[in-house]
Amino acid sequence: MSMQALFGQLLVGLINGSFYAMLSLGLAIIFGLLGIVNIAQGAFYMLGGFVTWMLLNYAGIGYFWSLLLVPIIVGLIGAAIEKTLLKRIYNLDHMYGLLLTFGIMMFIQGMFVHFFATAGRPYTVPSALTGGYNLGFMFLPKYRGWVVLASLVLCLVTWYAIEKTSIGRTLRAATENPTLTRAFGVNVPALMTIGFGIGVALAGAAGVLAAPIYPVSPLMGAELIITVFAVVVVGGMGSIMGAIVTSLMLGLLEGLTKVVYPQGSNMVIFVIMLIVLLVRPAGLFGRER
Amino acid sequence: MSDQRVLTVDNVTGHYGDSHILHGVSMHVNEGEVVTIIGRNGAGKTTLLRAIMGILTKRGGSIVVRGQETIALPPERIARLGIGYVPEERGIYATLDVTENLMLPPRVAAGGMSLDDIYKLFPNLYERRRSPGTRLSGGEQQMLAIARVLRTGAKFLLLDEPTEGLAPVIVQQIGATIELMKRQGMTLILVEQNFRFASRLADRHYVMEHGQIVDVIDRAQVQARMDSIKSYLGI
Repeated sequence: MSMQALFGQLLVGLINGSFYAMLSLGLAIIFGLLGIVNIAQGAFYMLGGFVTWMLLNYAGIGYFWSLLLVPIIVGLIGAAIEKTLLKRIYNLDHMYGLLLTFGIMMFIQGMFVHFFATAGRPYTVPSALTGGYNLGFMFLPKYRGWVVLASLVLCLVTWYAIEKTSIGRTLRAATENPTLTRAFGVNVPALMTIGFGIGVALAGAAGVLAAPIYPVSPLMGAELIITVFAVVVVGGMGSIMGAIVTSLMLGLLEGLTKVVYPQGSNMVIFVIMLIVLLVRPAGLFGRER
Repeated sequence: MSDQRVLTVDNVTGHYGDSHILHGVSMHVNEGEVVTIIGRNGAGKTTLLRAIMGILTKRGGSIVVRGQETIALPPERIARLGIGYVPEERGIYATLDVTENLMLPPRVAAGGMSLDDIYKLFPNLYERRRSPGTRLSGGEQQMLAIARVLRTGAKFLLLDEPTEGLAPVIVQQIGATIELMKRQGMTLILVEQNFRFASRLADRHYVMEHGQIVDVIDRAQVQARMDSIKSYLGI
């Protein structure tokens, strides 16, 4: 095995891990605050990729503007869905949230398959991020490095906002005890709308970052979300830092497996999930309830 | 004492799921009064406070807070009328440290205590300011639950069993805090099992049985009516 191949696969693993992190972070926020397992998270990621592609091809709006605009657009769509659909099922069993978001996913995905078919659409890497660096032991394409950096910054900013700011304090309180938090005068229903918006906006941002790497297709989210859910099970639902750390670790592990035992790379995360479920059902960073 | 009404509860009903808990409760509290709700376990005292706060979702009748009908309002709007709530289970957030617990409730009126004043009043909370809220002892948690509403500026407080399960020395400290609040002109509803504790603080006692107010005893009548109070409380 060459060092080149090893570091190359570890980089791929780190990039995959970055996408897992952005998606599972959003899932953790949404589950904590709304008690909903958002199966549609992959569809919002796809929506992010597609809106990026549409902004460029229909409106001539480029990558960097998309990086700002698309999470806002996806977040607003999410907020509208929360306000009209999700808020109706909060007092029902978790299973209904799963079913409803599954339906939302099928709807969004189905619409895009209907109008755009399933073929992938290319999105060119922005010129400022083309090229790469020769690090000696490997070649690092600039855009790939950018994806890892951008997603790390996004995750850490989100973590900081939740753990260290007054808005995050209110968010944590509403997550832990929504009824009492309302009795203190906090508008928790509005906070839930915002929380869902932010959660899916993170998936939307991941979609923008993904557009130049993976072909933009209506099914791009469906492929990713299954692995992301395994990552979430390993990390434990509801822990912010746990979601980030687990995502990156499992992404790297997946990359490493591609080098030492390529046949196992698609299932290594699921094997880990199985072991974690047997040994620590609440997940590595989760708390037993 | 002015006769200005802070709270008027009129024929209030309340349900938990399918069980009917409050059967037409009527009571009132005037500005600056300390009023207790006493009665046996399961009489509906805690449920009444939850109905006033609006966190009991199935409620009927009329609850007027400072002239505003609140029966159709969500809890966050009711709290903003200037009510501070100290729940029976204390409601300390495990994911927030002591300072964050204190800073959480938004200010609902002017004139709340500053964080520094609170830490001067409760030095042991200052010692533990970086600890997660639920690592505190029961007494410290109760102090924190009370201190938390003092920061918000609320002048009308609902305290649900603030002395439950606490050592006598802590009970004394809580009693002193409540007396301080009373001297500052705050209006209080106190749900209390410990009648000796309650009788020293209260202007008036409402007796609750089976989801209804069955008697009202003024401070002046307490000695004369001790026997009936004992039978109400089953002691």
